[in-house]
Order: sequence, then C-alpha cells, then structure tokens
Amino acid sequence: MSAYLLPLAIGVAFGFTLERAGLGNARKLTGQFYLTDLTVLKVMFSAIVTAMLGLFWLSRAGWLDLDAIAIPETYLRPQIAGGVVFGAGFALAGLCPGTSCVAAASGRGDGIAVAGGLLTGVLASGLGFPLFLDFYDSDARGVWTLPSLLHLPAGVVVFGVVLVALAAFAVAERVERRA
Amino acid sequence: MKYSDPYVSGVALGLVLLAAFAFAGRGLGASGAFATTASGTVALVAPAYAAGNPYFERYLARPGGPWREWMLIEIVGVIAGGFLSAALAGRLRRGVERGAGVAVRSRLLIAFSGGAVMGLGAVLARGCTSGQALTGGALLSVGSWAFMGCTFASGYAVAPLLRRQWR
Repeated sequence: MSAYLLPLAIGVAFGFTLERAGLGNARKLTGQFYLTDLTVLKVMFSAIVTAMLGLFWLSRAGWLDLDAIAIPETYLRPQIAGGVVFGAGFALAGLCPGTSCVAAASGRGDGIAVAGGLLTGVLASGLGFPLFLDFYDSDARGVWTLPSLLHLPAGVVVFGVVLVALAAFAVAERVERRA
Repeated sequence: MKYSDPYVSGVALGLVLLAAFAFAGRGLGASGAFATTASGTVALVAPAYAAGNPYFERYLARPGGPWREWMLIEIVGVIAGGFLSAALAGRLRRGVERGAGVAVRSRLLIAFSGGAVMGLGAVLARGCTSGQALTGGALLSVGSWAFMGCTFASGYAVAPLLRRQWR
C-alpha cells in the first residue's frame, strides 16, 4: 500500500498545481500558440528553473545524490521527429497528456476526447511498433546533457538557463501587453 | 475564482517535480500512463501477441505488471488533484472548451485526433511535455530540450490553421 502512496501523493500535487494555473482549460492553454496568453511558457519555464536550481544546490550541499536520479537517455533523431509530431497533435488537441487528465477531471468533454485519442494513438503506435523499431532505437546518445554538449561546467549552464528564462519572461510580459 | 499567478504556480510545480526527484528518484510523467494502460489492455485481449510485441512487452515486464506501474498510479493522483483543485475553486463544470465558430462535435473530433497524433509523438520521443519537457528539461537532457524545441516550433506552425477552433 505504501508503495502506492508516494506516486499518488505526487500525482495529486501535480494535478492540483496544473489546475490552479489554468492549464486544465484548453482555451487558456492554446493562448500560448496564438500569443494571447503565455501561461504555458511562464509555468513550464518557472517549474524547470525551480527544479533545476533545487537539484543543483541540494546536490552541492550533499543532501541529494544526483546519481540516484535517472536522466532520460537521448535518441536525438527519434526525439526530434517525436517533437514535431507531438507539437502538431498538441496544437490540434489544445491539451497535452497530463493536462487532458486535469481537463477531464474538471468536467471538460474535450479533455476526455484528448485522453481517448491518446490511448488510441499509443495503442495504434504499439501495434505498428515493429515497423519503426529501428528508427525508434536509432541515433542513441546515452545520457547526454547540456553541460557535456556545450563543454561547460554544470553551474554555468544552470546560470545560463536562468538568464534565458528571465529573458523569456520579459518578452512574454511584453507580448501579452500588446495582445 | 481566478486562476493562480503563473509564476507562483510554476514555482509550485517545480517544487512538486523536485520532490519527485528527491523522494522517488524520478520525475513526473503522463504519456507513460497511457502506454501502460494500452499494454495492459492488449494483454487482456491477446496475451500471447502482447508478450511478443516489443513495445507492449516492456510495460508487461515491469515488476507488478502494467496495472501497478508508477506512472499509472501517479496519473490517478493527477485526476484526483485536478478534480480537488477545480472543486475548491468552483470550476467544476461540464462542457467543452471551444470557440463560438466551431460545433461541439467538430471540436471533440479535432481533440480526439490531436490526442492520437500526440500518442504517436510521445511513443517516438519516449515521453511527453511531462516526462521529457519538464523532467528531462530540469535534468538538462539534450534530447528533452530538442523535443521541447521541436514541439513548440511544430505547434506554432500548425496552430494558425486551427484558429477558427477558438474564435
């Protein structure tokens, strides 16, 4: 039972924050693509920066072992292709997989439709998986991080990401004022 | 009730992600819950086929089987948390988010198709906006940042064709 408690608690907190931010609402979420409401960018970038800084400083202080956390391995070309396909679906759906569950939970029929489509799409991709198995496993780079790509110390990259985020927030505020 | 400030909610979401890293040794996810559900369903209907399929087999081979997968339990929590937050804010409402220029049925059809397309994308990319963009982004994974960049570039390219859906 206790094995289920942790993922359940993390999920509740995840769903709660997404809904608070308004990301369970496809109309609000798609404002990102029409530059009328940049909530998606602000929420995602603040979350990434917060977690990244937390990981960096907690591991510096010796309170957290970074090696105990699984970093997703990079398969560059399949992930680029996956991103292009996913982005098109995202614009069609107006919700992503996590936010479709929040939309459905708050009563939105379009959330249920997106979730149903996702299940169908994953099922169909699984059935057709042997057709693109070679591509799926191609261009494997193992654990590949921005510091090793840029040949820079992690601290410099972390600082750089914070600067990029702050610049993005400033641009987002200007864009929203104009909209 | 008005939605929370995006920066405050973003920091809160980051702390949830950090807690997942610290206490579970992994980040957040969503598409994996759909993948394990699909695998478990296929295994119920055609167990021999599912066990021989290289995609479904991965989820069936997990300790505890496809229905006890970490991400499936987490997504049950996401649904509960989303419901709780909407209920507390008075935002529980049955309806379909759409523009006035599009019929409910067309919006639902487009939403379903978008979900299906995202399903293929998430399989190819080994994750979605949660498992790759947020989690891999915070871990500075090159593949995750490439995924995130391509997702938004593609979204911006396709969105103008769908503007009517929201007007």
